[in-house]
Parts: sequence; structure tokens; C-alpha cells
Amino acid sequence: MKIIVCIKQVPDSAARIVVEGGQISWGDAPAIMNPWDEYAVEAALVQKDAVDADVAVISVGAESAKEALKTALAMGCTEAILISDPALAGADSQALARTLAAAIQKLGPAELVFFGRQAIDTDLGVTAAQTARVLGWPALTLVSKVDSLDGNKITVERSTEEGRQVLESKLPAVVSVGKDIGEPRYPSFMGIRKAAKAVIPTWSLADLGIETPKSHIRWPAVMSPPVRDITTEMITGNSPQEIAGKLADKILAEKVL
Amino acid sequence: MSNKILVYIDQYQGTALPASWEALGAGRMLTNLYGGASLVVLVAGERSKEVAGQAFQYGADEALFADHATLADYRAEAYAAVLVKVARELAPLAVLLPTTLRGRELAAMSAIDLDSGILADVTALELQDGKVLATRQIYAGKALSKVVCDALPQIITTRGRAFEKPTVDPARSGAPTQVPAVLAEADIPTKILSHAAADGGVSLGDAAVIVSGGRGVANNPNLSPPTGLDDKQAEIWRAQQGFKMLGDLAGVLGGAVGASRAAVDAGYIPYEHQVGQTGKVVSPNLYIACGISGAIQHQAGMRSSKVIVAINKDPEAPIFKLARFGVVGDLYTLVPALTEALRLRLGK
Ligand SMILES: Cc1cc2nc3c(=O)[nH]c(=O)nc-3n(C[C@H](O)[C@H](O)[C@H](O)COP(=O)(O)OP(=O)(O)OC[C@H]3O[C@@H](n4cnc5c(N)ncnc54)[C@H](O)[C@@H]3O)c2cc1C
Ligand SMILES: Nc1ncnc2c1ncn2[C@@H]1O[C@H](COP(=O)(O)O)[C@@H](O)[C@H]1O
Repeated sequence: MKIIVCIKQVPDSAARIVVEGGQISWGDAPAIMNPWDEYAVEAALVQKDAVDADVAVISVGAESAKEALKTALAMGCTEAILISDPALAGADSQALARTLAAAIQKLGPAELVFFGRQAIDTDLGVTAAQTARVLGWPALTLVSKVDSLDGNKITVERSTEEGRQVLESKLPAVVSVGKDIGEPRYPSFMGIRKAAKAVIPTWSLADLGIETPKSHIRWPAVMSPPVRDITTEMITGNSPQEIAGKLADKILAEKVL
Repeated sequence: MSNKILVYIDQYQGTALPASWEALGAGRMLTNLYGGASLVVLVAGERSKEVAGQAFQYGADEALFADHATLADYRAEAYAAVLVKVARELAPLAVLLPTTLRGRELAAMSAIDLDSGILADVTALELQDGKVLATRQIYAGKALSKVVCDALPQIITTRGRAFEKPTVDPARSGAPTQVPAVLAEADIPTKILSHAAADGGVSLGDAAVIVSGGRGVANNPNLSPPTGLDDKQAEIWRAQQGFKMLGDLAGVLGGAVGASRAAVDAGYIPYEHQVGQTGKVVSPNLYIACGISGAIQHQAGMRSSKVIVAINKDPEAPIFKLARFGVVGDLYTLVPALTEALRLRLGK
């Protein structure tokens, strides 16, 4: 069985984001694998162990994204490929999905493609469903558990707005996972050594055999969020009751209830 | 291209999710900006006709519904096919959806089918050169971005609580129009085997008030857990008593209970309650943080709340920097006192 995982490299979640002259920067904060994608890698590796699958990990990004791919190799993925092309600068999620779909097809017949819930830089949460749509495969989003997997069928539990549902789907399918799938494993020592030596091929759009996919979304401006002018008022008193009384009055005076 | 705006109403068992009516409100704003375009809604699934009927009272000019055995349970492929077909026929200027799980997914799929793009999870809309100029948060709200879609229809998902729900006009009514399902059962790749609803309550995204707890909620040495629990179980038991106490406060305020990731990871409360960068992003009118230090990833999920109150033992906790009101002290004595004080004042 062949499984593919799509990961993105993003600035660390603790990074301080600075917007200057319409440009975003994050100082010397490290670039990491999108935290949600660690769950996707974990989900794929659980299946690798269970059904003896090959797990290829792919990322569309700059050369530096090879670091994130190496992390995935160190966790246990079998193969990694970077998709990088200057023509993808400024690509929107639609163009990204078409690129990922082409790469998935080039990798050969896969049964499952795992995605993270969303990327923590652009906060879109749409790429899994979009890639599925381009491939013409079902999208099983926000999966919390894979109940069973055989040659042509998968049964999963997924989160809905109202609770949970158990769903059976034909394969091949796209699966995006949430946190409930299980804590991502740490790279093993052996894994890290192997990953350090791994040569990661880079595919261009020409290698994928596609023209530059069209982007329809533009970002004419980025800004810092408006500074919130908050004066914090500390409430004190001689007893919890006195403090609570004062605080309750203050809250009511804000007229937000 | 028609002079229409299409709004997808996300519903469950005959009740629209509140964010759906907000999307309709945003849709009405756009019809006005576009100088009197008409507002069409689409609802799908069981009992969608009822919801389509209600849409007139919220201001819809036309309401379509798709109710068919193949659409009884939400399945992305079957619903997306209906939405795409309706959008092709109406050729609207924009399709709006609430940023619910289903709304996000349907927007994603239809953008591919319609060869357009998504303005995802937007918080504000204006018109510039005949195109929607939307505002959205990126990097978990650490920056904002203006976004434009150069294709039609412009597909837009609206963030919960960012747009006003239209006022209901009981005098308005209309007859919803049925639209057919598109995929036959054999062409739908998935089957729902079962589903379980979570224990009701107010959902975090829609809540006007959120009372959140962090690791500090477990910190009450005075509570003695039942015998036979090991240390970890005793800690969780304590935290659960604490979260019940936060639940009482939320109850008085008609709000929901949130949590930090540390509280979720420690097993005190299910993940559904997590607020933050890897949980839910919320913007209630009132956010009361109890025993939460205020890490940057937590702030990412709650910093746009209108009024923030922090209760924490540690005067240096970063959460105080965001708070309108702060109390340094033990949440176990302060929270019950605050619940009482508010109960009295609100006459509950
Ligand atoms: C990739 C990534 C994603 C993350 N995503 C999220 C996210 O989505 N949401 C999130 O919340 N965190 C997230 N985090 C974790 C975040 O960094 C913090 O670790 C977490 O928010 C801390 O939770 P806390 O405030 O409950 O715990 P702590 O930081 O341990 O704070 C507990 C607080 O309780 C106070 N306290 C203790 N006892 C009492 C008492 N009796 N009365 C009053 N106060 C008391 C203490 O003074 C302290 O300030 C993420 C981290 C990473 C790396
Ligand atoms: N550049 C990328 N390369 C590979 N996978 C990606 C990329 N961007 C997003 N993804 C995948 O799509 C998921 C959702 O991303 P998004 O829709 O951008 O929030 C991520 O969690 C990744 O699994």
C-alpha cells in the first residue's frame, strides 16, 4: 500500500510576527513543520506499521522546507520530495491543490493521502478538500481515528460540528486529521541519522508535467492588527466577596452581557 | 453574470447554525454594496425546507432547498455537487458560507469546481473596483491581510461573530423552491455508519461569554478526592471539580466553558473546549480566563474578545497584559464568589 503525507513548513507558533512595509517577518524564530502536520505524519506512520505501507512525504515550498521533510523522514517516512518552482511564488490554495494533486499522481497509485487540519501561518484549512476535489477522490476531513483499512475501503471516525460520525469510504481517499488521532512520535536516533544523510529530490512544475496553475486570490496588503488600547484595572479587596462584588459591577458596567 | 448573491445556510436537523444567519447578514451587506443585487439562499438536508422558510424572515429574497434521501446525512461530495450546480445556474457575483466545518469544506470544494478562489474566514468586507475586498487574520491573528478574488463567483466564508445577524422580520415570508439532488447514491463515495451528538451546551464559536480554565484549575489542595485514585487520577478529579465550578459561572452568564491546551493535554477536559492557535479561535463579548498563564498560542485564540477578565495567582502572568480587569488570587475562592455576585445582580 502507498500512503502520501502533505506537509508545510511554517514559522514557529511562538514566533513574534512583525509587519513592516507590507512585508511579514518573524525574526530569528525557527521554521518548523506545521504542528498539525505532525499529526498527519503520525497517522500515516500508524498505518505504515499496521498494513506494511510505504509513506512518501511531500511539501511545496522553498529549499528550506527540506528541513521539515527531514523531520518527517526522521519520524519514519520512507521517502521525501520537495516541490519547488519560482512560478509558484504567490500561489493561492487552489493552485497549491492542483500542484499537490499532480505530485500525488506522479508518485504513482496511492491509496491514502494525509493532510493536517490547517496551516498555522495562513489559517486556511481548505487544502485537503481542494486537493481531493482536483483528484476526484473523497475528502474525509478532521478524522480522529482510523477504524479499519483494507485494499479498497476505509472506515474512520471524524469530528463534526455536532459530535462525531463513523464513515466508510472508498479508496483512494484524502484524509485530514485532527489532534485526536494521537500524539506525534518523536524522531528516533536512528531516524535522525538516516534523515541527515537523505537526499531529497526537488520536482519543478515541468517535472510534474503541468503548466503553472492559475491563482485567483491576491493579497494586496498585510497589516499589523490594530493595537488594542487596554488599561488593565486590577481589582483588590479584603475578601473574595468584596473583590467579586466590585468585579461584577465593573463587568456589568462594560455593557457586554 | 447575474446580479445575485448566494448564501449557503449550514443547518443541522432543521436548525440553522447561528453563523449561517450572520453569513446572510454579510450577504445583505454585499447586495447593498452592489447596488440592489438580490439575495438567494440555499439550504440542504433533512428539514431544509423549514430553514429555507425562516430565511425569508432574515431577509432572503429567494430561498432554495435540497431535501432528498441522499442528502439526509451531510456528505461533502453530495452537498458540494448541489451547491456547485446551483452556483453554475445562478452565476452569482459571490457565494457566502459561514466558516463552520461544513461551510469551509463546501467552499473549498466548490472553488475547485467553479475554478474560482476562496476568501476564507473573513472578518470584514468592502467593495473596491467592483470586487470584494475582504479582511482576514493570518498567523493566528498576529497579522491581518486584505484579500481579493479575481474570478467569479467570489467564494467567501465569514468568521463567526464577525458579522451581525439580520433582525428577524416576522412579517416577511415566501415560498421556498426545491432543487434536486445531483449525485445518485451509487456515485457518492462515502456512507455514514453512525453518528453521536456531543453533549449539547453552547458551542464555543457562537458563545457571547466564555469562562476558560487552565492548568491552575487542578490546583486546589483543599479538595480531597475519593479514595482509590492514584495521583494522576486525583489531579484530574480535582480539575473536573474546578471545571464544574467554571461551568456554574458560565451557566449564570449563559456562556460556554473553554480551556487552555495544558488543561486539555492533562486530560481535564475534552479537546472540543480548547481555545488557541491549535484549538478554537473565539471572540466573545466577555472572556474570563481562570488559572491560565496566557501563552502566545492561547492568546492567538482569544485576543479579539471584547472584554477580557483574568484571575490568576501569579501577578506576573502574561494574561494580565490583555485583560481589562485582573484579579490576583486563588480561583477556587474567587470564581464561586463571582458567580454569586453576578447571580444576585442579574436576578438569576
Ligand atoms: C504548536 C503549539 C500550539 C499550541 N496551541 C495552544 C492552544 O491552541 N491553546 C493553548 O491554550 N495553548 C496552546 N499551546 C500551549 C501554550 O504554549 C501553553 O503551554 C499553554 O497555553 C499553557 O496553559 P495554561 O495557561 O493552562 O498553563 P500554565 O502556563 O501552566 O499556567 C497555569 C496558570 O495557572 C495559575 N494558577 C495555578 N493555580 C491557580 C489557582 N489556584 N488560582 C489561580 N491561578 C492559578 C498559575 O499562576 C499559572 O499562570 C500550544 C503550544 C505549541 C507549542
Ligand atoms: N505548501 C504545502 N505543501 C504541502 N502540503 C501543504 C502545503 N500547504 C498546506 N499543506 C497541507 O494542507 C493542510 C491544510 O493547509 P491550509 O489549507 O493551507 O490551512 C496542511 O496541514 C498540510 O497538510
